[in-house]
Amino acid sequence: MKQNKKQQFLEGMKDGIPIGLGYFAVSFTLGIAAKNAGMTAVQAAVTSALINASAGEFIGFTLIAANAGYLEVMIMEAVANARYLLMSCALSQKINPKTGLLHRMLMGFYVTDEIFGVSIARNNLEPVYSYGVISMAAPGWSLGTFLGVLLGNIMPSRLTSALSVALYGMFAAVFVPPAKKNKVVAGLIGVSFLASYIVHKAAVFAEISSGIKIILLTVIISLAAAFLFPIKEEKEEEKA
Amino acid sequence: MVHNVYIYIMVMALTTYGIRVLPLTLIRKQITNIRIRSFLYYVPYVTLAVMTFPSILEATKSPLSGAAALVAALWLAWRGKSLFQVSVFSCVIVFILELVIL
Repeated sequence: MKQNKKQQFLEGMKDGIPIGLGYFAVSFTLGIAAKNAGMTAVQAAVTSALINASAGEFIGFTLIAANAGYLEVMIMEAVANARYLLMSCALSQKINPKTGLLHRMLMGFYVTDEIFGVSIARNNLEPVYSYGVISMAAPGWSLGTFLGVLLGNIMPSRLTSALSVALYGMFAAVFVPPAKKNKVVAGLIGVSFLASYIVHKAAVFAEISSGIKIILLTVIISLAAAFLFPIKEEKEEEKA
Repeated sequence: MVHNVYIYIMVMALTTYGIRVLPLTLIRKQITNIRIRSFLYYVPYVTLAVMTFPSILEATKSPLSGAAALVAALWLAWRGKSLFQVSVFSCVIVFILELVIL
């Protein structure tokens, strides 16, 4: 049992390395935004350590730069991060119902797009696995933000450009394997790509923030799929 | 009015944490309703797909290298490569391709 936990932690660390690398690149640019908002490197690193959300932090730094009110910051944070509410619901079904409150509170702290991505790919999600991922990913996020403020534009843009796809590569590694086994999932991914492309490009939707777009598309497409193609119970047992 | 940076940070942190932690702590049982179960089963894949495309095309210096990275990632993932391999190869492809075309 103990061996098993150690094994899970190590697996988490391994999955956390590409996340940490991608985080480093993304948060580096976040640091530049923080610097423009007049924040120090330490303040920016603290923000990253506490919030762990790229879109949420970008919006936050923009609002801070504009000297916005606290309530406005709160509302925009809620809007930008609302997708984590859905992810957290999905994760609640992935973990053992007996999982204690402290574990749930710690796991909740790190519901990010990427950590959610690797977590949902597990058959049984154990908190120790999440902690392994976090141990590798979280430092990259704060360190990148910190250095972004200090070093700003020194990092070669070629490197930033290359590292910025690390996160998307990871997403693909999560959603492709189930699509290979399940035709409904494969179809949904195609539909999601197409719908997302249309919503991103069509001028009608230009005023809607990208966070809201992600939520609306996710809810509409998943809801339609749940009614058209409800999962079969035996499939669930096979998964467990 | 002058705002305090640390209060800004706390407002952001508390709002974000509340959103993340409430479902995980409040939903303590397995949901039995088949529609909700189906919905929650599909949510992760749809949301990851939506976040990937077309954003990957805008993440790189050239949309072409982003597209190449996506195709490579889909193919490698289809071939059963690990998360780490898919991710690193996508970066390498962007780096090499941008050396050539930019």
